[in-house]
Amino acid sequence: MRKPSFWLSCVIVSMLPSAVFAGSADTLNIPAVSMFLIFVSGTLAITLWAARRTRTASDFYAAGGKITGFQNGLAIAGDYMSAASFLGLSGLVFASGFDGIIYSIGFLVGWPIILFLIAERLRNLGRFTFADAVSFRLQAIPIRSLSACGTLTVVLLYLIAQMVGAGKLIEVLFGFPYEFAVAVVGVLMISYVTFGGMIATTWVQIVKAILLLSGASFLAFAVLWEVDFSFERLFQSAVDSHASGSLILAPGQLISDPISAISLGLALMFGTAGLPHILMRFFTVPDAKEARKSVVFATGFVGYFYLLLFIIGFGAIFLVGANSNYLDANGMIIGGSNMAAIHLSQAVGGDLFLGFISAVAFATILAVVSGLTLAGASAISHDLYASVFCKEQPKDGSEIRVSRIATIALGLAAMILGLSFENQNVAYMVGLAFAIAASVNFPILFLSMYWKNLTTRGAFIGGFIGLISAVACVITGPTIWVSILGHAEPIFPYKHPALFSMSAAFISIYLFSIYDRSPHKSTEIKAFDNQFVQSIVGSIEEKSNRF
Amino acid sequence: MAQDAYEKISLDLNFQKLVRDRTTFSWILTAVMLVSYYTFILVIAFSPHWLGLPISTGSIITWGIPVGILLIILSMVITGVYVLRCNREYDERMSEIISRLNV
Repeated sequence: MRKPSFWLSCVIVSMLPSAVFAGSADTLNIPAVSMFLIFVSGTLAITLWAARRTRTASDFYAAGGKITGFQNGLAIAGDYMSAASFLGLSGLVFASGFDGIIYSIGFLVGWPIILFLIAERLRNLGRFTFADAVSFRLQAIPIRSLSACGTLTVVLLYLIAQMVGAGKLIEVLFGFPYEFAVAVVGVLMISYVTFGGMIATTWVQIVKAILLLSGASFLAFAVLWEVDFSFERLFQSAVDSHASGSLILAPGQLISDPISAISLGLALMFGTAGLPHILMRFFTVPDAKEARKSVVFATGFVGYFYLLLFIIGFGAIFLVGANSNYLDANGMIIGGSNMAAIHLSQAVGGDLFLGFISAVAFATILAVVSGLTLAGASAISHDLYASVFCKEQPKDGSEIRVSRIATIALGLAAMILGLSFENQNVAYMVGLAFAIAASVNFPILFLSMYWKNLTTRGAFIGGFIGLISAVACVITGPTIWVSILGHAEPIFPYKHPALFSMSAAFISIYLFSIYDRSPHKSTEIKAFDNQFVQSIVGSIEEKSNRF
Repeated sequence: MAQDAYEKISLDLNFQKLVRDRTTFSWILTAVMLVSYYTFILVIAFSPHWLGLPISTGSIITWGIPVGILLIILSMVITGVYVLRCNREYDERMSEIISRLNV
């Protein structure tokens, strides 16, 4: 794999400077572009190194199970600290203060739940995808088809949101045209994943996580420096500079009614436990003990990162929001509130630091889309091709070939979708992805581990009901039905569907399992005992193979 | 062979006791997390102005800020508590059982 990878890297690196000259001198951000080029060369070197170590399916999907708990914790944190959360959450704190904190907490509280209930059992039961664990005692064909549908919907929605966000952001930060930005992201992510598989994806994610944590630490430190490390002064300056005054320190308009608040809370908490690219990371460590450790490190890094984002967001209110350099003629922040952290980096660290933060934002997008693409590709090659299409007997080497083809196909699809959604509102897509993860992947995974009487039929029908109801509620809800399609009144009145779609999934899984009269039912229930022991102690066969 | 091993383990009384202890511990921590988070969400849903009250007279800082930060710190600390107990106690008990059963 070395030659094509090397060739490709040369093409990409040589493409970027030509775009530099194509852009006009006053819009192009030279420090940002140079730092980004350094990051790209570094990650392509990682990919080259990883490609030589990627021989088996286990290397490709799970980095051979050789990642340590600490490394995996950083990589998981990296997956979670997307550009959407770095720029989006700091922008939300900048725009509405405390409401941004509510979102961040929701994103974090899912982690302890994953640790207590899911991580170790998942590692002990599966090999490459979470569907391995669900189909441990249930029938592979229906369960893997369902899981692949859940995974691919989540991955595609997430990819569209990331691609459109990436295109716009890079357009503003680097001065590249939108189409070129989408193409660069697509080509780079395809090369990381196709050649370097999970090893490259993990290390790119780790490098980026370290860069992002350092950049955000410096930003927060600079803000605290401005207020002499007094939180009283931090909040006082923010309140004085914000149009809403002291209202920014209380829950505001973002969460308007109780049902929406609860529904959003559910989606954020349990969606995390059903995100395929996150679940997949638990297979990159050697055993359940390391899986457990990785959650502690991930929670620590993500929690620390969110604390930094609060300081960054509140700091931006008075350092950016009250500085006319960053405001347009109407007094609005240039580029929208998502740019708050970016402007702040220039306000406290000058052009060079702005370049660094811009390059980190670009790197963040690249690393996150790579993880997503790998998760999607493994659903296609491992769940659909090897298990469903080949009935679990794929020819030697064909599975890994299919996953590479799937990576390229998904990458191209992401680029095409990114281009066609350029001027659409895509903000709801991440929310919908979380709702689907919470209503399809999480219920079947959780119940397969904890509820003996779960049957294939119950999981299959209930899972699809969860998927359909989440999508239907969002399409007929205020965001799409009213804001995008232009109808006067929504059919489904709430913005966040998870409360309803999760209930629909759990209730129907329960009913269809209890009233299942299929001949497989008793064997599936009987197999629970063995599954239970393996979920606690790990695979006996894997252990005896190792010694 | 694996089948026998699984049966042997699942019938072992020490194993059953360990699983019970560990599961109880996991569920208690899960409950702590769920109760604290949903109390927070329900306050936002039904009585949001509570979180907008100042923590002391004359202070600009509202209750929402320390409560929010505490929830984040709780998430970090509680995962640490779980892992410490697993590493110090449960793992040891498990490897004792496995080596005694000789599977």
